[in-house]
Amino acid sequence: MQVAMTVNQTAHEHDVEPRVLLVQYLREACGLTGTKVGCDTSSCGACTVLVDDESVKSCTMLAVQADGRAITTIEGLAPNEVDLHPVQQAFHEHHALQCGFCTAGMVMAAVGFLAENPDPTGAEVRLGLEGNLCRCTGYQNIVDAVLAAAGPANAVAR
Amino acid sequence: MIPAAFDYVRADTAEEAIAQLGAHGDETKLIAGGMSLIPLMKLRLAVPTVLVDIGRLYELSYVRRDGDEIVIGALTRHRDLETSELLTRECGVLAAVTAEVGDNQVRHRGTIGGSVAHGDPASDLPAVLLALEATFVATGPDGTREIPATTFFEGFLETALEPDELLTEIRVPRTGANGFSYQKFNRRAQDWAVVGALAVSVAGTTRVALVNMGMTPLRARGVEEALADGAGAADAAARAAEGTQPSDDLNADAAYREHLARVLVRRALEAAGA
Repeated sequence: MQVAMTVNQTAHEHDVEPRVLLVQYLREACGLTGTKVGCDTSSCGACTVLVDDESVKSCTMLAVQADGRAITTIEGLAPNEVDLHPVQQAFHEHHALQCGFCTAGMVMAAVGFLAENPDPTGAEVRLGLEGNLCRCTGYQNIVDAVLAAAGPANAVAR
Repeated sequence: MIPAAFDYVRADTAEEAIAQLGAHGDETKLIAGGMSLIPLMKLRLAVPTVLVDIGRLYELSYVRRDGDEIVIGALTRHRDLETSELLTRECGVLAAVTAEVGDNQVRHRGTIGGSVAHGDPASDLPAVLLALEATFVATGPDGTREIPATTFFEGFLETALEPDELLTEIRVPRTGANGFSYQKFNRRAQDWAVVGALAVSVAGTTRVALVNMGMTPLRARGVEEALADGAGAADAAARAAEGTQPSDDLNADAAYREHLARVLVRRALEAAGA
């Protein structure tokens, strides 16, 4: 089946089997391997991308369901080759990653969360990221980074 | 994990979805958000030969007041329910429990109709809709019928929906911000409930429903009777496991689930002010 979608503001069109998952489509058809497959059972959130600016787990969505949508992956966040997205920059500054496997999904979930709740408390950040697991258990610095990305007032208020 | 091969059809209207259901035989499944169905397909526990995608039936995405009821389109996403000011004001318990479903990513895709039609006793929403004595509206080739929640959930992943019927609407009473509490016990915040207990005040009486304590969502009738007879929360909650048939699995054995039901019902009753 023919699907067409915008991925990181670039138009993509491919002939796919209906059973192809969105994460497979992004990684294998579009060549965007920043999005990871972790648990493959919609528990860990490593595959989180934005579909029309909302976070979803791309291992539990069919590519055909994303037909006509606008997808944002980790590769599409930074504004240019030099600068990082504010959430990426905050992860960098707050040492919010250890092994890095959960990071792409964690950052995408955080970007989606902050779009819905731009002024969160620490408790709200933890609840907002409940769908993402970090097996290095680096949650404290991840929460610090998300609060810092939300603004200096939030970072202090933790 | 990749689902087995299937044919895919996208329905643009409810009529088209019903026609497609009838056209392709028994192994045809509707897919809305897919939050329950896709994991089952990846595990090959569900192997539909045809998927009819109803995810774009935006005509069935709404929350409205209709007299003493709130009517909800079956394709309304969890996200749209938990953030609905109307639902929060008129049936606060449903908005609050919806916010407990899965995680943000799941609530961006999953729909109330999908959760109901899937009929999983471990799901949060079927139990609250049972407690509210909601009405489900289903449309098939022969027309539309209303099914009370009390007779809708027939078994594990089995409902009163016919294979060629589409669940179109959920009707719940306006409870306002009446006292309620949902106590969900799980190991990780996003997980299914190992056991869940809901207490909600409707029309002056307290109703109690249980999640994952049998093959279907259940009302804790013993608890409700005890409350009606004037028992306090602790005494009433002692009857929470009556009539339940909880499963043994890797999360908990049946005896532990019975214990959880009693503890969670007591907490729910106390928090709801029953």
